[in-house]
Amino acid sequence: MSKILETKNLSKKYFAKKALNNVNLTLSKGKVLGLLGPNGSGKTSFIKILAGILTSSSGEVYIDGFKPGVETKSIVSYLPDRNFLYNWMKVKDSIKFFDDFYQDFNLEKANNLLEFMKLNKGDKISTLSKGMLEKLNLTLVLSREAKLYILDEPIAGVDPAAREKILDAIINNHNEESSMIITTHLVTDIERIFDRVAFIDHGEIVLNENAEDIRVSKEKSINDLFKEVFNYA
Amino acid sequence: MDIKFDNKIPIYIQIMDLIKKDIIKGKSKEGDQLPSVRELSSDLKVNPNTIQRSLRELEREGLAYTQRGKGRFVTEDKEEIKKLKNEVAKEHIESFIKGMKQIGFNSKDIIKMVKDNIEKEEN
Repeated sequence: MSKILETKNLSKKYFAKKALNNVNLTLSKGKVLGLLGPNGSGKTSFIKILAGILTSSSGEVYIDGFKPGVETKSIVSYLPDRNFLYNWMKVKDSIKFFDDFYQDFNLEKANNLLEFMKLNKGDKISTLSKGMLEKLNLTLVLSREAKLYILDEPIAGVDPAAREKILDAIINNHNEESSMIITTHLVTDIERIFDRVAFIDHGEIVLNENAEDIRVSKEKSINDLFKEVFNYA
Repeated sequence: MDIKFDNKIPIYIQIMDLIKKDIIKGKSKEGDQLPSVRELSSDLKVNPNTIQRSLRELEREGLAYTQRGKGRFVTEDKEEIKKLKNEVAKEHIESFIKGMKQIGFNSKDIIKMVKDNIEKEEN
């Protein structure tokens, strides 16, 4: 099977409010999808359904052929858009925590990434800067040998130098066996690593294309197209 | 490697141009091994599938070839490289002439100016 993700008419309602409306999206194995949309467009709701944290109101989701649940959680590595570590932990505790929790956690990879990110094992989580914390969260998520990585805003709120490091880590850890979904509103910095791009607006997919095809047919960068579609100044 | 990409132009074409430039300049010589997809991807911070596409296209244009299990190499055909050099030179000249004509010079003026400039540079 060549699809890592398939959704059919996926919808999510919060009481009367529609967060996702009939989302049909597929992703082939080994590809990187950029899921782009403004705040409140439904990106995070979509991702949380894939991660098995939220349930859909209607429609279907298949990750590597499975509905979200125990099987998918073991093959999906999810980076939430906020810190998920306890403040009492030290960096090394967080590594141990992940190592205990996930069978596919690769300790060697984690140690290499820690070094690459210049994170000290003895540092307390509560003393890390925002950029360092983001790097640590990403290190943990990328150190799993997952089939699908879902990264929610991996570069939001970090300085350009940290952004570079994070992008390097993402690229170096991508291979033909793994797929990725990355959401962001900082499109310029990251658009060169997308195979496909999907725009989401008010819970609907308004565009879903190959990144290079967009550049060929529209003669625009994805960032420019993003601004145009979402009416930025 | 610090390369500024123009995100408006397909990235795979820009990477092809980069490699072509190296071939023309002689930085990559005929028969030289090209960097792997992985190396290029992490150096240029570009999706590996895009790199793959660039290299495939270079092969299709006859400028590179794959040796199974060993990697990709610059063509050993000197004629191909010469052809590439001439093509790129032609592009430069055409865009130069176009630019000059747009600002009102005729062919004779252009030739004279180029000649004078080259002579001045050589002296």
